[in-house]
Amino acid sequence: MAALTEAPPPLAPAPEAKPPRRRGRWTPYWLLLPGILWLLVFFAMPMIYQASTSVQTGSLEEGYKVTWHFATYWDALSDYYPQFLRSVLYAGAATILCLILGYPLAYLIAFRAGRWRNLIMILVIAPFFTSFLIRTLAWKTILADSGPVVGALNTLHVLDVTSWLGWTSGDRVLATPLAVVCGLTYNFLPFMILPLYSSLERIDGRLHEAAGDLYAKPVTTFRKVTFPLSMPGVVSGTLLTFIPASGDYVNADLLGSTDTRMVGNVIQSQFLRILDYPTAAALSFILMAAILIMVTFYIRRSGTEDLV
Amino acid sequence: MDTRQSRIFGTSVNWLRRHFVVIAGLVTLGYLLLPNVVVTVFSFNNPKGRFNYQWQEFSTDAWKDPCGVADMCGSLSVSLQIAFWATLGATVLGTMIAFALVRYRFRARGAVNSLIFLPMAMPEVVMAASLLTLFLNLGAQLGFWTILIAHIMFCLSFVVTAVKARVMSMDPRLEQAAQDLYAGPFQTFIRVTLPIAAPGIAAGALLAFALSFDDFIITNFNAGSTVTFPMFVWGSAQRGTPVQINVIGTAMFLVAVLLVLASMVVSNRRNRHKA
Repeated sequence: MAALTEAPPPLAPAPEAKPPRRRGRWTPYWLLLPGILWLLVFFAMPMIYQASTSVQTGSLEEGYKVTWHFATYWDALSDYYPQFLRSVLYAGAATILCLILGYPLAYLIAFRAGRWRNLIMILVIAPFFTSFLIRTLAWKTILADSGPVVGALNTLHVLDVTSWLGWTSGDRVLATPLAVVCGLTYNFLPFMILPLYSSLERIDGRLHEAAGDLYAKPVTTFRKVTFPLSMPGVVSGTLLTFIPASGDYVNADLLGSTDTRMVGNVIQSQFLRILDYPTAAALSFILMAAILIMVTFYIRRSGTEDLV
Repeated sequence: MDTRQSRIFGTSVNWLRRHFVVIAGLVTLGYLLLPNVVVTVFSFNNPKGRFNYQWQEFSTDAWKDPCGVADMCGSLSVSLQIAFWATLGATVLGTMIAFALVRYRFRARGAVNSLIFLPMAMPEVVMAASLLTLFLNLGAQLGFWTILIAHIMFCLSFVVTAVKARVMSMDPRLEQAAQDLYAGPFQTFIRVTLPIAAPGIAAGALLAFALSFDDFIITNFNAGSTVTFPMFVWGSAQRGTPVQINVIGTAMFLVAVLLVLASMVVSNRRNRHKA
């Protein structure tokens, strides 16, 4: 580049009238072929196998046959609707908490951090490089029954209120819904912060000045200018938090108890321990359908279809 | 309250109001980093029982003997191998798709786009369970290869997204210029296109490596009896957590931060040199 701009280019012969370069008609297909084939065989085809497994009956010993036994779906739903409900509730609560906690940090990085910007950015991303299981186990120490956090919450009588609400039980935080939501929020917070930051960062700073010049208070500027302009980040952030959180079973297993089991826990144990494949496949299919319907509806409602 | 007190009160309320975002942001940052602090501190613990959840006394035993736990370093090496090959596979396939999407017109573009978007919009447990039904139906032997196949599958979309963003912002006139200067298509690609797309490809590869190395849910379903590092940690959460887990976690965090800082220093220096 530098050489191009510094040295004057040698005089080239007058360009002949070249026909527009013909790109191979088949090139894009060759480029797409291996990757798309991979996704078709190992992502799309498994979905079909799963759908077929969910309407099979039989046993491990005698093998399974497709019998269009749709009752599996009904049984799965009536047996496990509390876990489904819990997944939606916990993931929803974690998503809202992520938005409340993540927005100020994304805003701070985008507008207020100055020369600390890169450092804070690194600190947001760096925990990714420690296995998330190790970090989730650290919450067992932080929320331990005799630890300072539970002690402080007890002294402030916060635990009385949360127990009354059913979020915690007695003097404990571990093995309660609060611990699971806390873990989910922690685990998926960076997925909220990064899209929020990237849409905040694109906002022209002069819009803030203009709002101020027109006598808007900072709160009004935020409500009328900044927040609406950051909507794409809010939408993709909430999706990136809610979807993985709703299928998660790690937090519910490590930080929760049998009373906090989510649908992911059920799918996992049906598949890997109880070996009831049709029920497991039906549950997983219901979860997938629910997520797809919700995502489509949400993206339509928020009018950011260019997100994809 | 006399006037002086109320003035002090007023200024501190004002100060809080002006710095509200900064304070709230730093609180969130603390929430994000607290577990890492705990992991680091507890890597110097000398726990009494099998579990390393309660502080007992300071000790550097685990740091002196990081591989002192049976099977842990073996699982670490399995994870590194899978992450390496998965990164390579996903980066090559993903970069090809990204170039096709940005540079060419072809049929079924919408279908291709949704096939790339869907794996990112699907809870991991669904992909994990359905992939397992495929492998069970085909009678595949679960192990290293099934894990690798799964990892390439879910990393692919992320690489495509990262590379696509970079290639889209590229000035197509640079390639035209190269061709006007009599570079062949291959030479243009190697000398012009690839260097410009490199940061996007590197970002995609880094993301793929991190995703693959840290993956637990999909691996847990499709691993058979192969044990990756996250699976070792999961198992130890049931049996007893050795301090060495924290040593590995801390070391990984430090290496990542140092690498990023080093690359920032290098790129800063290069920019200054250019200016």
